[in-house]
Amino acid sequence: MSTTAGDAGTASDRRPGRLIGTILRRTLGFVLTLAVTFIGLTAVTFFISRLTNIDPVLAVVGDKATQAAYDQAFLALGLDQPLPMQYLIYLKRLVTGDFGMSVLTSRPVLTDLMRVFPATFELATIATIIGVLVGVPAGVLAAARKGRWPDHVIRVVGLFGYSVPVFWLGLVGLFVFYGKLGWVSGTGRLDVFFNGIVTTRTGVILIDSAIEGNWEIFGNAISHLILPASILGYFSLAYIARMTRSFMIDQLSQEYVTAARIKGNSYWGAVWRHAFPNIMVPLITVIGLSYASLLEGAVLTETVFAWPGLGLYITRALFNSDMNAVLGGTVLVGAVFITVNLVSDLLYKLFDPRLRST
Amino acid sequence: MTDPLLTVDNLEVTFPGRTGVTRAVRNASFTLGRERLGVVGESGSGKTTMGRALLGLLPHSATVTAKTLSYAGRDLLACSERDWQQLRGRRMSMVMQDPKYSLNPVRTVGQQIGETCRLHLGSDRRDARRRTLAMLEAVQIRDPELVHDLHPHQLSGGMGQRVMIAMMLIAEPDLLIADEPTSALDVTVQNEVLRILDDLVRKRGMGLIMISHNLTMVSSFCDRVLIMYGGRIVEECAARDLGNARHPYTRALVAATPSLDVRRAELATVVRDPEWLA
Repeated sequence: MSTTAGDAGTASDRRPGRLIGTILRRTLGFVLTLAVTFIGLTAVTFFISRLTNIDPVLAVVGDKATQAAYDQAFLALGLDQPLPMQYLIYLKRLVTGDFGMSVLTSRPVLTDLMRVFPATFELATIATIIGVLVGVPAGVLAAARKGRWPDHVIRVVGLFGYSVPVFWLGLVGLFVFYGKLGWVSGTGRLDVFFNGIVTTRTGVILIDSAIEGNWEIFGNAISHLILPASILGYFSLAYIARMTRSFMIDQLSQEYVTAARIKGNSYWGAVWRHAFPNIMVPLITVIGLSYASLLEGAVLTETVFAWPGLGLYITRALFNSDMNAVLGGTVLVGAVFITVNLVSDLLYKLFDPRLRST
Repeated sequence: MTDPLLTVDNLEVTFPGRTGVTRAVRNASFTLGRERLGVVGESGSGKTTMGRALLGLLPHSATVTAKTLSYAGRDLLACSERDWQQLRGRRMSMVMQDPKYSLNPVRTVGQQIGETCRLHLGSDRRDARRRTLAMLEAVQIRDPELVHDLHPHQLSGGMGQRVMIAMMLIAEPDLLIADEPTSALDVTVQNEVLRILDDLVRKRGMGLIMISHNLTMVSSFCDRVLIMYGGRIVEECAARDLGNARHPYTRALVAATPSLDVRRAELATVVRDPEWLA
């Protein structure tokens, strides 16, 4: 990296040939990272699932099957092969999108995942948006007013979000806002009589109904979504606000913030225009991790709100030794984490010039 | 000297502490015209605190009182936050110690210098760019177009400090406080940066307060010198008269300055007299 202006941003960097080379190299690196991480992830989940004391054959044929039926299924599942071979077969199937059949739902796992993941995605995304829109300004405000009443209020509210169990908050929320006040709809993603009207394109009801212009269903989906999303959002808000606060306190004591004020910036101008852009990298990390953990599925929230999401699906699969479904779900969660991390990495470079160009 | 730029009479800055009040600046009085005033003192003598008090930028916990604290006839103690925003950067400004910390790492040189124009001169993007390039040239940066789009981490210390000077002087303030502007720089570039600063201050006829602990540097660049000790101004004299200083602390400081002409095995040490603080 260049240190002085003399050779900084050297002209050769700007030559188009070099640029294309750089982009190619980066893309290749990106794909390679993705592949290696994925192989590692599937290997670990696959071998753990085979090491557990669950007979995958019994899960398929049931415990009343004859020996002949058992043997047939044993061969059909490829369990006579050595373990590494089984893993390769599994990998090959994964690449073609074949996650196997779910014993519990008797449908392909992929179909199941494509049904449950959008529900979780919808919930997690809205919750994260709430968490960021409220949590970040709250954290900045708390840092800027450190030790005074806005800071104390935000910390107490945040601590409450941290410590109250989500199922309790969910039930109380349903009782008050649905049962007593009737401001929101109850459990599930839609009222019963709206089910199946909108064609499933993405599986995200908000998007599907918007595409068809069916605003009645859109509104109904929102009124179902708002309570669980707010409750999940409250948790990520508490975390995001707390981290934002500590990142900002760190930056606000820096000299360049004082310099910004000497130039004639207002206090808040210095806070938002100068200190805030400097916390983007750690903040993106925090938001990314919080988002990814919500995308894993929030079992408790999904249970309380009868939300047919990923968390509930994987949990049920686990209780029923439905190993294909568990594996499929785990691979999906892994893929989500990898994607979120890669996107964070790209965003770092966008926000911090020191991380660009090596 | 005509109408003074800055009048400071009986300035006191105190910080509350666990063991009682700390008096960081005590009974400081001086006036400043369009001249170069050096403020010298050891660490903790209150010179930086005094500089920041003049810009109204002390932490909330600090208490600032004065019989008079006025800038060009304007009472600084009565300034609202909004008044301060119009004063800072436009009328009075400050060059800080280390460009590594005083420039915003994620914004380009052009954005940071241009911001001063936008805040005070009502510049649009294009005008800010034009002025910034001219200002970069004024602080003797060879390739302004290139430097305009660089980030602070791509600059050397000397370049960074020149960018800092450009950022603080572009709105043409009348008073500049330079708080140890060269102590973070390599000795080789210190003189260069000082020369640029001195040049701009002279050309524009500004008032300069040069805060430093380098007695030699201050006495060669300034017209007048204030010596601070333990929060108070113990001596004020013309720079060339430092040799005839009256206060024992000043005399001890001057005696402790190494010289190329006189070989000495051991430099003199300052022997402190508790009387000085009384």
